[in-house]
Amino acid sequence: MLKLLKYALYDILKSRFALIYTVFLALVAISIYQVSDDLSKVSLSLMNIMIMIVPLISAVFATTHFYNNLEFIELMLAQPVKRSQVFLSQLFAVIIMLSLSILIGFGLPMMLWGADSSLITLLAVGIILSAVFTGFAFLASVMTRDKAKAIGISLGLWIYFSLVYDGFVLYFIYSFADYPLEKATLALVMLNPVDLGRILMLMQLDISALMGYTGAFFQKFFSSSMGLLIAGGTLMVWMLFPNFFALRVFRKRDF
Amino acid sequence: MITVNSIFKKFGKLEVLKDFTLSFERGNSYAIMGPNGSGKTTLIKSILGMVLPDKGEILVKGLSIKGSNDYRKFIGYMPQIGRYPQNMKIGQLFSMMKDMRPEIKTYDLDLVEAYELDKIKDKSLGTLSGGTVQKVSAALAFLFNPEILILDEPTAGLDPIAVEILKSKIKNEREAGKLILVTSHILSDLEELTNHAIYIFEGEVFFNDSIESLKEITSEEKFSPAIAKLMQWSLKKKSTTKALTYA
Repeated sequence: MLKLLKYALYDILKSRFALIYTVFLALVAISIYQVSDDLSKVSLSLMNIMIMIVPLISAVFATTHFYNNLEFIELMLAQPVKRSQVFLSQLFAVIIMLSLSILIGFGLPMMLWGADSSLITLLAVGIILSAVFTGFAFLASVMTRDKAKAIGISLGLWIYFSLVYDGFVLYFIYSFADYPLEKATLALVMLNPVDLGRILMLMQLDISALMGYTGAFFQKFFSSSMGLLIAGGTLMVWMLFPNFFALRVFRKRDF
Repeated sequence: MITVNSIFKKFGKLEVLKDFTLSFERGNSYAIMGPNGSGKTTLIKSILGMVLPDKGEILVKGLSIKGSNDYRKFIGYMPQIGRYPQNMKIGQLFSMMKDMRPEIKTYDLDLVEAYELDKIKDKSLGTLSGGTVQKVSAALAFLFNPEILILDEPTAGLDPIAVEILKSKIKNEREAGKLILVTSHILSDLEELTNHAIYIFEGEVFFNDSIESLKEITSEEKFSPAIAKLMQWSLKKKSTTKALTYA
C-alpha cells in the first residue's frame, strides 16, 4: 500500500498541475493580503474564493486524474496487489496533492503576514472540501466508462452543492419566514458540505452578529463542544461516504 | 495450469462469453484468435482478474482466482497498449515493478539489454514513442521470469528488428517449458510462435486443437488459408443459425 502510494504521489507531485495550482492559490492569497491589513477581512475574502474554487478544482482534477491513470491502474491490477490498495493509493495521492497545494499556497502567505484562528480553520475546511469532492469525482469516475460523462457528473455535483443548493435554501427560508427556522436551517446546512464549511468559517468571525437571530443561534450551536462535534462528525461522513462507495464499486468493476 | 470453467460474462445486454470452458497446459504456446469483439480480450482480462465473470470459475495452478491476487505473481502480462505514468522515468518504472514483487530477486534482463533500455532509463515515459513503450511493456512482462506469459498483440507497433528479438525471446521461453498465450491478427507471427490454435467466435470456442490438426481438418497446407477457412466456416455457422431462427 505504502509502496503504491509512494509511486502514485511521486507521479502526481511531479505533474505541472500541482505546481500551477499551488502558485495560483499563493497568488490569490498574496493579492488579498496586499489589499487589506485587517485579518478578518482577509480571511473572509479568502474564504469566498476558496469555497468556490477548491471544490471545483478538486472535482475536475480528480476525475481527469482517474481517467488519465486508467491504464496505469490496469497495469497495477495485473500485478500481485490488492484492488482496494490500488484504489486507495490513487485516492490518497490526489487528496494529499490537493491538500499540500492549499497548505503551501495559502499557508506560506499566512506565515509571512500573520494568521488567526479563522485562517487556520480556513486551511482545515479547504482540505476537507478537497477530500469530499475528490470522493465525489472518484465515485463518478468508477461508475461511468466515459471521461466526459464523469466530468459532467462531477461538475453537476459542484454546481448543485455550490450554487443550486443555496438557492433552494434561500427559497425555503423566504417561503417559511413566518416560522422559527433555526433548527431546520441547521439541518439543511448539514446536508451540504460546502455550506457546512462556510458556516464553520463564518462562526470564527464576528460578522455572525450581522446574521440576526439565526446567526446567534448558529453561533451558540457551533461554539458549544457538542455542536462542533456534530459538525465535525457530519463533515467526516461527507468525506467517508462517497469514498467508501467508490471503493466498493471499484472492487466490482471490470477493466 | 490454467483452467477456465464454464464462465459467463455479460456487458449490459451483450453476452461476451457464454459457458466458456478451456484449459491451458504448461509447455504449450496458444494462439488465441477470433474476429474483433469475439471475447479474446475479455478472456485474457478474466484470467488476470481485471474482468470479473458473472458465473463460473477460473483456476490457476489448481486454485480459484476469486478474491485472490497472489496468483498474479506467476503471470507476465504485456498489454495491447501500455500507458504508464507520464512523469515517471523508465528506470523508476522498472524499480517500481520490482518493488511490487519483492520476493523475486533474480531478473530476466534479456529484453532490457536487447532493446538497450538501460541507455534511456532517465527518459520520462510520457516522451517515448509508441514503439519504445511497447519495448518497455515487453521487457516488463518477461522481467520476473514468470511461468505464464500473456501477450496481447505483442508485435503491434514494433520495428522489424524489435519484432525479431521479441519473437526469438518468446520461442526461448516456450522451449523452457512455459505456458504462453498470444493474441494477434498477424497470422505469420502466430504460426511461428505457437503450436496450438484456439479460435473464439461470438463468445464460444469454435476451434481448439493443435495447428497440425487444424491444417488437417481444413485440408490446407499453410496456416493462413487454414485460418481463413475456419473463419468462413464460423460465418457459415452464423448464417445457418440465423436461418434457423428466422424459420
